Amino acid sequence: MTPVIALSGITKSYGFAETTVHALRGVDLVVDRGDYLAIMGASGSGKSTLMNIIGALDGATTGHYELDGINIDSLDESALSIVRNRKIGFIFQSFNLIPRTTALANVELPLLYRGVGRRERRERAAAALASVGLSDRASHQPNELSGGQQQRVAVARALVAEPSLLLADEPTGNLDSQATSDVLDLMDAMHDEGRTIVMITHEDDVAARADRVITLVDGMIAAERRNRP
Amino acid sequence: MNLLETLQIGLRGVGANKLRSALTVLGILIGVAAVIVLVAVGNGSSQAVTSSIEQLGTNTLTVRHGTFGPGGDGGRTQFKDLTVDDAIALADDVLAPDVQSASPVVSAQAACTYEGTSYSTSITGTWPSYFEPSNLTLASGTSFTNDDVTSSRRSVVLGQTVVDELFGSVDPVGREITCAGTPFTVVGTLEEKGSSGFQDSDDVIIAPLTTVQGHLTGYRSLDTILVQAVSGSAVDAAESEVYSILDDRHGTTDTSSRDYQVLNQASLLSTVEDTNQVFTVLLGAVAAISLLVGGIGITNIMLVTVTERTREIGIRKAIGASKSAILGQFLVEATVLSIIGGVAGVAVALVVTQFEIAGVAPVIMPVSVIGAFAVSVALGLFFGSYPANRAASLRPIEALRHE
Repeated sequence: MTPVIALSGITKSYGFAETTVHALRGVDLVVDRGDYLAIMGASGSGKSTLMNIIGALDGATTGHYELDGINIDSLDESALSIVRNRKIGFIFQSFNLIPRTTALANVELPLLYRGVGRRERRERAAAALASVGLSDRASHQPNELSGGQQQRVAVARALVAEPSLLLADEPTGNLDSQATSDVLDLMDAMHDEGRTIVMITHEDDVAARADRVITLVDGMIAAERRNRP
Repeated sequence: MNLLETLQIGLRGVGANKLRSALTVLGILIGVAAVIVLVAVGNGSSQAVTSSIEQLGTNTLTVRHGTFGPGGDGGRTQFKDLTVDDAIALADDVLAPDVQSASPVVSAQAACTYEGTSYSTSITGTWPSYFEPSNLTLASGTSFTNDDVTSSRRSVVLGQTVVDELFGSVDPVGREITCAGTPFTVVGTLEEKGSSGFQDSDDVIIAPLTTVQGHLTGYRSLDTILVQAVSGSAVDAAESEVYSILDDRHGTTDTSSRDYQVLNQASLLSTVEDTNQVFTVLLGAVAAISLLVGGIGITNIMLVTVTERTREIGIRKAIGASKSAILGQFLVEATVLSIIGGVAGVAVALVVTQFEIAGVAPVIMPVSVIGAFAVSVALGLFFGSYPANRAASLRPIEALRHE
């Protein structure tokens, strides 16, 4: 079975000559289908850079990346947008919902860009909102929702297009403890359904929810452990 | 993602900041309305002048007594009168085949009274052939005849303004008025012609030439000779025949110092039309500049919008919006602004042109409406394309980082 993520020899550097910063210095990583991976690391360890490369938002300087069997290195911008749309569901630390747009319309957005018809879009978005327990907030705009609710809408948006990979960048970083456990419970439930999840975090108790934890130090994988098989 | 959905997203963007959108729309509105209204005003004034000239008749020439060229008459020793014989010579079928008729004209100001009511007006002495080229038609009674001219009968035809001033509601035909001490019999009245813009063409009394000369002006030179060409297209030929006959009769050796002048209504008309066209184009150009400024307003506001919504663009790109989807969204926003401005501008212009502006009744040119609207839509696309392209080219990772 093809792994969802296959990274080999990934490096990323910024700047030129003496000012060059090496954010990643050769990362090899394979994530299988149904895996729940947490990436940990101190600030500046390169975890955000890795997250951007995995999310097809940024290209690696050298190395090879296959997402769900697709060779990402050779794709142009328009092909990348299709990959992001079909293969990846993003969950951001700062929620990143579109302002002045209802929760339902926010959840519909990935389907809209995929070209799904209006009726089907509505139904699938409503179902996704129901699965995060926010059916009664469908017509609310982001500024009318609490942080935890906004992040649950973001989870619904990430789920709605049935992506191969859920990519969460410090999903609980802006949430209080109750909302944190709500969102993590949701991610556990998604994992139980067999979804592949990659989550970046710097909190140990959040990482403890994952099956597998890797720790980045200075742009390299320094440690790897499995919480569960 | 179809057109309708792109449109919905664009409309949401327009609605997101209503004041800003309204002000941008206002810029386009003013531009479009200004183009339509100013062109309509230019067009309206052109039509007013043209119709007043056409009222005088376009197949006529007016021969005036005196010199009007540069230098005046200072150098001349010979200064021949314009005479009835000149008029008869101009109507010669052999020498002037393109001239249908030539009517000598003298005029005088006189106070006329009827049963104690007094009114001062101009009395024109001429021949019956004067009526047709002057577009004068009788409302009641009859005209005077050639016989009346020969016998100097004191028969007069009154313009409508004179009838109103002297008689009110009384039928004037057959009654007697007194002008400068001489009694005249009213034989007919003229159909109302309306104001030509410069003067009231109904404020006239027309009488036989000999009568006016005998009682009012004396036998001096004629004021003008009204020459009628056989058709509108024969006016230029008639004009050169008039020159050759009168040059011969007046012994003109140098054509720059004639003792008469020929006014050609048709050439006057085309001069006026040319002038008016320049005037209209100038007005339109000024208005077009304001439309352009409105278009720049769209670019400006869209640039602000793109900067303000950089993060939103990043989010959209992260969840899979293609470059063309973002481009479409912002182009639609710009175009929606300009279309709303264009439609509102046309509406405002249609209302404003119902009123008289600076004494001119504006006449809308359909091409200016279509043109201004089309240009406003094109402006939206053109001036919106730079900001939209900028938005579409943003790299998602940088856009997401933007605060």
